[in-house]
Amino acid sequence: MSKSRHLIFVLALLAAIGPAAAGTPRSVFVMAKALDDLVSLDPAEVFEFSGAEVIANLYQRLFRGNVDDPGSPIGEVVESWQVSDDGRTFTFTVRDGLRFPGGRPIEAADAVFSLRRVVVLNKAPSFILTQLGLTAETVESQIQGLDARRFQLSLDRAYAPSLVLNVLSAGIASVVDRQAVAGPDWLRSHAAGSGPFTLKRWEPGEYLLLDANPDYAGGKAVLKRVVLRDIREPSTQRLLLETGDIDAARNLGPDQIAALAGDDEIRVLTVPRARLLYMALNQRHPQLGRPEVRLALRQLIDYEAIAATLLAGRASAHQAFLPRGFFAALEERPFAYRPDQASAILAEAGLADGFSVAMDVRSDPVMMLVAQAIQASMAEAGVAIEILPGTGKQVLTRYRARRHDIFIGQWGPDYLDPHTNASTFARNPDNGDDARERTLAWRNGWEIPELTALAEQAVLERDTGRRAEIYGELQRRVQADSPFIVLFQENELIALAAGVQGFAAGLTSDQTLYHGIRK
Amino acid sequence: MASASRRRLTAAARQVAGVAFTLFGLLVVTFIIGRVIPIDPVLAVVGDRASPETYAAAKAAMGLDRSLAVQFGLYFQGILGGDFGTSVVTTRPVADDIARYFPATMELATVAILIGIALGVPAGVLAASRRGRWPDHLVRVVSLLGYSTPAFWLGMIVLLVFYATLGWAAGPGRIDVYYVDIVTPVTGLLLLDAALDGEWEILRNALSHLALPALVLGGFSVAYIARMTRSLMVEQLGQEYVLAARAKGMSEARVVWRHALANAAVPLVTVVALSYGALLEGSVLTETVFAWPGLGSYLTNSLLNADMNAVLGSTLVIGVVFLSLNLVADLLYTLLDPRVS
Repeated sequence: MSKSRHLIFVLALLAAIGPAAAGTPRSVFVMAKALDDLVSLDPAEVFEFSGAEVIANLYQRLFRGNVDDPGSPIGEVVESWQVSDDGRTFTFTVRDGLRFPGGRPIEAADAVFSLRRVVVLNKAPSFILTQLGLTAETVESQIQGLDARRFQLSLDRAYAPSLVLNVLSAGIASVVDRQAVAGPDWLRSHAAGSGPFTLKRWEPGEYLLLDANPDYAGGKAVLKRVVLRDIREPSTQRLLLETGDIDAARNLGPDQIAALAGDDEIRVLTVPRARLLYMALNQRHPQLGRPEVRLALRQLIDYEAIAATLLAGRASAHQAFLPRGFFAALEERPFAYRPDQASAILAEAGLADGFSVAMDVRSDPVMMLVAQAIQASMAEAGVAIEILPGTGKQVLTRYRARRHDIFIGQWGPDYLDPHTNASTFARNPDNGDDARERTLAWRNGWEIPELTALAEQAVLERDTGRRAEIYGELQRRVQADSPFIVLFQENELIALAAGVQGFAAGLTSDQTLYHGIRK
Repeated sequence: MASASRRRLTAAARQVAGVAFTLFGLLVVTFIIGRVIPIDPVLAVVGDRASPETYAAAKAAMGLDRSLAVQFGLYFQGILGGDFGTSVVTTRPVADDIARYFPATMELATVAILIGIALGVPAGVLAASRRGRWPDHLVRVVSLLGYSTPAFWLGMIVLLVFYATLGWAAGPGRIDVYYVDIVTPVTGLLLLDAALDGEWEILRNALSHLALPALVLGGFSVAYIARMTRSLMVEQLGQEYVLAARAKGMSEARVVWRHALANAAVPLVTVVALSYGALLEGSVLTETVFAWPGLGSYLTNSLLNADMNAVLGSTLVIGVVFLSLNLVADLLYTLLDPRVS
């Protein structure tokens, strides 16, 4: 057979096999997402973006973060609460009428079981609870059921109530059906929650199927099923969306988004997320440790141009360590690209010829673009940056060991309270090499006893207005002079089939909710 | 008689020892590489934010607080007992992960190599027998294109044409999500399991999903196999027995296909076996474009996270695959060439 006959034969074979039916059923929502970070579905263990999003749809939590007023979380499983006079004991009452799938009512004992489990299992997110003074040894007495509907939380200090409630709106406060859990690892691949969806099946590397929970207190979802397909390649996601085989694509790059602009069948949702892009200067570096240099570098970045052109909608300029939308977030942006001023400051500091410095960057296309733009603008004042690309874990390993000069990377909050970022950007209890707590300030060798004390004070401030003032001050001081140059706040671009309505997405992954989606 | 069988036994024992030594060496080298790469494996387990207590607990649970020799000893002991350890990224036993991802790769690689043989061998024979004429040039150009086209690009183009535009084949993934969880997993090979269950609709769907990635990977094998077949055939066609056969008036087709190809077949088996082995390693780029849950992406993802149990387990499986294929090739030699005993 000749080559062309072979080709005809193969094409004929393909035609015989035929395509799969295009378009998704009305009651099923199919979404493509890179799920390489989905390793566990256990609320005591989930700590990555995809997992946080999935468990937010499988479980109800004690509280839900309040999108409209980030300072006051809304009770979800909790109906009401009281704080003792000394501020150390919280008594919660479980809402009446909530049920797990199958009909068993949620009891205080389920909440107690779920919280204790987080502390005892000691997985990655456990610090969110243990920072309130809960320990594996004492948790039995610190978290106690009072009766079928009430339970009590005793803390070591009188923390700000808004902090405690915000902590209880994180994924670790998901209420697990204590009678369904079969062994400590069971929840990694199963679910026992009362959220709008139940877990039908999870095939790692392929898909995750969620079915509407008919017993959900907020009413059964319009959709019968949500399918998350693990598709890692953005161009493949785009192709699937254009063909109608999926209803949403979550990881499209700037070029794919631009290509979809003229397509009437697809619309792009821009969701501001709480993730920051920032640069960190190791204070143990002889030049980076000087205040003049820190000030000059802040004026050698073209924030607006990078956001508008390179990031094209994926991020907005932002210069404070609390993201917009957070309680007490600072929106001021005092720094702009002023190479002449920066050169003058450097000359005055005896660095008229500039200096050389290395920058660790995750070798992801967007991060590399930003790093290269900064490299180019800093070169204007003689600051020669050598870019050291590496995998995410490689770069992070160097950063955590304080072996970087400049690090550029992302930071997302762990829960909806300002303390989540303040505790790491503006706190460094011990700057020694063998310090127990290794905050971002520690990683950059930034010794700040005064700021640390102020950040600690904010945690105990029970007056919400005063608390906001303290966070304002912390942000201003970190913004004015610190190892941290906050560059941008990220937006997530979600491409949806035009007919999709009600896709809810907020500041954090766990505010991405599928319950209201209609097609 | 007795000494002959003893010789055979000794040879077999030597072969087994060689295989064991190779696998052990592979393990040692991979293990050392895993420990010198500049990535903290604990990071993959507890993330960047965990408390020092959580970090220390995870590190101890992974055995990383012990000496390298002890770590390797414990790992090796586990392997002997069939325990490949737990993947830190997926949190499941590595053996389970491999059992999940390897069949997907195997299915794809097998169909691809069949395409490679079916098209590559005839193309190579044709090129050799029409040496210097247009079929030869055509095969050379097509092979060169096949070699040099990036898999990633070709994958996207094939998807764009046959899936998105013409709608002849199904898109990325192994099967439509509406069909999942119906077939009973027996072999892990979806085509086979669907056929065993008599689920013809699912078999058709799975085939439709398999067609494009198999075509892309098969295309690369075609290019390689055609080139190798051509050079092996050119060598054979220059031999005196070919001249003698032609002098006897044997038809050209018989000379080429029966006599020369039969002699070229022995080294060709090695070419095909190695090609198949390479496909079984999993092709990361093809798997990524087609969202194919195979060993290639698993291995790459594990490596990027310093998930050394997963990397070691996968490497071992690939090593065993290569050694087995070599063994099969050796056995085929004895069938194809009566002189080899």
